[in-house]
Amino acid sequence: MYIRATGNISPQESFGHGPLLETPVDHRGNRLNCIEPDYKEFIDVKLIRRMSRIIKMGVAAASECLREATLKNPDAIVTGTAYGCLEDTGIFLGRMVEQQETLLAPTAFIQSTHNTIGAQIALQLQCNNYNNAFVHRGFSFESALLDAMLLLKEGDAQHVLVGAIDEITNASHAILTRMGLYRHDNTASLHLLTTPQKGTVAGEGAAFFVLANAASATDYARLDALHTFYKPAGKEAIEKEIGRFLLNTGVGLNDIDLIIDGRNGDARHDATFNELEAGLFKDIPSAGFKHLCGEYPTASAFALWLATRIIKDEQIPAVLNVAKQPAALKKILVYNNHLNSHHSLLLVSAC
Amino acid sequence: MADLKVQIIEQLNLQDTKPEDIGDDQALFVEGLGLDSIDALELIVLLQQKYQVKLANADDGPKVFRTVRTMAEYITAHKAQNA
Amino acid sequence: MSAPVFIAGTGAISAIGHSTAACLAALKNEAAGIGEMRYLDSVHRDELPVAEVKLSNEELSLLSGLAPGISRTAELGTIAAKEALENAGIGDVAQWRTGFISANSVGGMDKTENFYKAFLPDPTKGRLRDVVNHECGAVTEIVADQLGIKDYITTISTACSSSANSIFFGARLIRNNILDVVVAGGADALTKFTLNGFNTLMILDSEYCKPFDENRKGLNLGEGAGYVVLVSEKVAATLKENPSVKLSGYCNANDAYHQTASSPDGTGSYLAMSGALKRAGLQPADIGYINLHGTGTQNNDIAEGTAIKRLFDPRFPMMSSTKTFTGHTLGACGGIEAVFSIMALNNGIVYPNLRLETPMAALPFTPETKLVTGVDIKHVLSNSFGFGGNCSSLIFSKV
Repeated sequence: MYIRATGNISPQESFGHGPLLETPVDHRGNRLNCIEPDYKEFIDVKLIRRMSRIIKMGVAAASECLREATLKNPDAIVTGTAYGCLEDTGIFLGRMVEQQETLLAPTAFIQSTHNTIGAQIALQLQCNNYNNAFVHRGFSFESALLDAMLLLKEGDAQHVLVGAIDEITNASHAILTRMGLYRHDNTASLHLLTTPQKGTVAGEGAAFFVLANAASATDYARLDALHTFYKPAGKEAIEKEIGRFLLNTGVGLNDIDLIIDGRNGDARHDATFNELEAGLFKDIPSAGFKHLCGEYPTASAFALWLATRIIKDEQIPAVLNVAKQPAALKKILVYNNHLNSHHSLLLVSAC
Repeated sequence: MADLKVQIIEQLNLQDTKPEDIGDDQALFVEGLGLDSIDALELIVLLQQKYQVKLANADDGPKVFRTVRTMAEYITAHKAQNA
Repeated sequence: MSAPVFIAGTGAISAIGHSTAACLAALKNEAAGIGEMRYLDSVHRDELPVAEVKLSNEELSLLSGLAPGISRTAELGTIAAKEALENAGIGDVAQWRTGFISANSVGGMDKTENFYKAFLPDPTKGRLRDVVNHECGAVTEIVADQLGIKDYITTISTACSSSANSIFFGARLIRNNILDVVVAGGADALTKFTLNGFNTLMILDSEYCKPFDENRKGLNLGEGAGYVVLVSEKVAATLKENPSVKLSGYCNANDAYHQTASSPDGTGSYLAMSGALKRAGLQPADIGYINLHGTGTQNNDIAEGTAIKRLFDPRFPMMSSTKTFTGHTLGACGGIEAVFSIMALNNGIVYPNLRLETPMAALPFTPETKLVTGVDIKHVLSNSFGFGGNCSSLIFSKV
């Protein structure tokens, strides 16, 4: 299936379709916030007033993606979000606690449900077609992607809008910080992966894609395969899963031109990637991506966007710190994991 | 009514609207300001929070909230009852 | 894409019973589970009737085998999912490619909302243990880990259509030869968050709900969990008992009308039902029973009723809303009502739509008000329509 269009709001200048990561943005501290567009260009003013930041991010990224695909009515809209609409959840919870369950207003509650982003997209498009929302931690995006791919394979859809969104709020950041996820030394984010220590940095983003059954002249890339695996026992288990994935896809290691991997600068987490880099993947150039977008459950959507753009450009941007540009860029393998428990593999090829 | 307009704008997050933009007798729902059923619920909360006036029946909403003036009249009438 | 998907087992826990069999007995006895709030600690305790599972968190912990202090949603899910798997007689799940597709609306919110009390005034306070399973997916994994399932796990959250979507996503994974066995459905525990949320929408009835009654005033919230075990033809052939029911139709459509209200002509509902019929290769006249979404709100019932009128006129099947027994179980309702639909097929019965006094004037049909037994129904349609316009319909058929 073909990646026809993309729309990505992230902590980098990724929105719109300028040169890929030409001026990388360096963030300080352990919280990488998105660079956001002027939402009024994408969303009706009457509707904006009710939308929290994450909904605006999702709707704008989706709108940009559809605009690029010149698609007004996708056959399906599938979204993935691990945390959902945190801001509104926090607002309603906060008021509920402060006001002891009295005199509560509805808007924050309505906007807090996990399917709101997909629903708002459908509402704006007046799209009556299939609409689904996956909310499963580090598999939220991959589940949405699988659903989209199956719809295309089953012939029930020709074009699917699929994407993932997650946000950071003050409350969520405070809680995740207490859980020991992040570093506290004010690292420059672009150096995240070269300064391994205990802790990563938080990220967020909204990335959407239009996937299509039939090829067109302007496709970015082909999405060949997707595989997820949960809590693998150890290094051997991981290698086995990767081996099986490649076998099922009919692709050999020497066909892979680039590996985009999900290391996040946390030494406890990156051991897996280091082992693979030295072992199974030793002859293949590899690049991390989380120094650009931070760590969050749906970061693999950013990785897919990156792989897609690289394939189209046939060029790896300098900020990925790949020592030598490979001779060809026909196949990219994305290998990510979130919290060492949720692992995913994506194979992206040139059309 | 001037205060009420400010409060309506705040409660409903009507970011680009100024109090002067809302006519005393301008229709608030459907046409005019284009408010909907969720806004009606928000206004019910507004009435309770700021004026301690309760709209027991959500169905009365369209009538009471037709314009800023009808809202103000309702508040005055029911505040007197509560006093 | 026509490989059949069979139902090998069911599991349910709700206000009317702690197992499939217990729920069936209550349905036959017209014994609803709606009443005063006993377990949730809310200021609205005396104002709003709810349909709670009649077990405290401690009792649920014992029944589920989970440690005390774990989210009630996970406890309910574990109990029902375990029953479904045992019921199915699959044996060791590791012998097949097995998945767990669950659904819920607010994850471990029952614990989070208590955490917030301490956290809000001071972000260094509150027990982290109470939020570590806040995410929808975290609750699912607690149950998956209990079941020993790890080949494929995910969670869907599309408001009230969530677990209906889980069931047919699971079926598609089997049809696409990705999995052989799928435990699919959903769970939701009553929380102050959802209770107060629905209260702000002014759609809760302060009396016992009356779906499809002209004078209905709203819904009663409930809680529970419902799961089915879906199997491929290959797996079905290995089971001791041949499955008697299959999932023959499904459809997901979006109303795209408003965030919370359904369109007056029930567009989303109509598309979901007609799409499910088309998938099943059936005509409206083939449906013997509709398990209505039937929440009891002014809006849902007229929208759903209008869509049914458009689709089924002039011959209407028997229908009822079992939410008159269990309340509206949100993320779990698709799963629980799937279980009820399957039992209706297996037992040749149609459940009553309780407390219906005055049929809706706008509709040319009325739900059944008494239990109907000894009926030969071949196909049951189950509706689940939610906020965000998410509408899903499932069709279960006798094999």
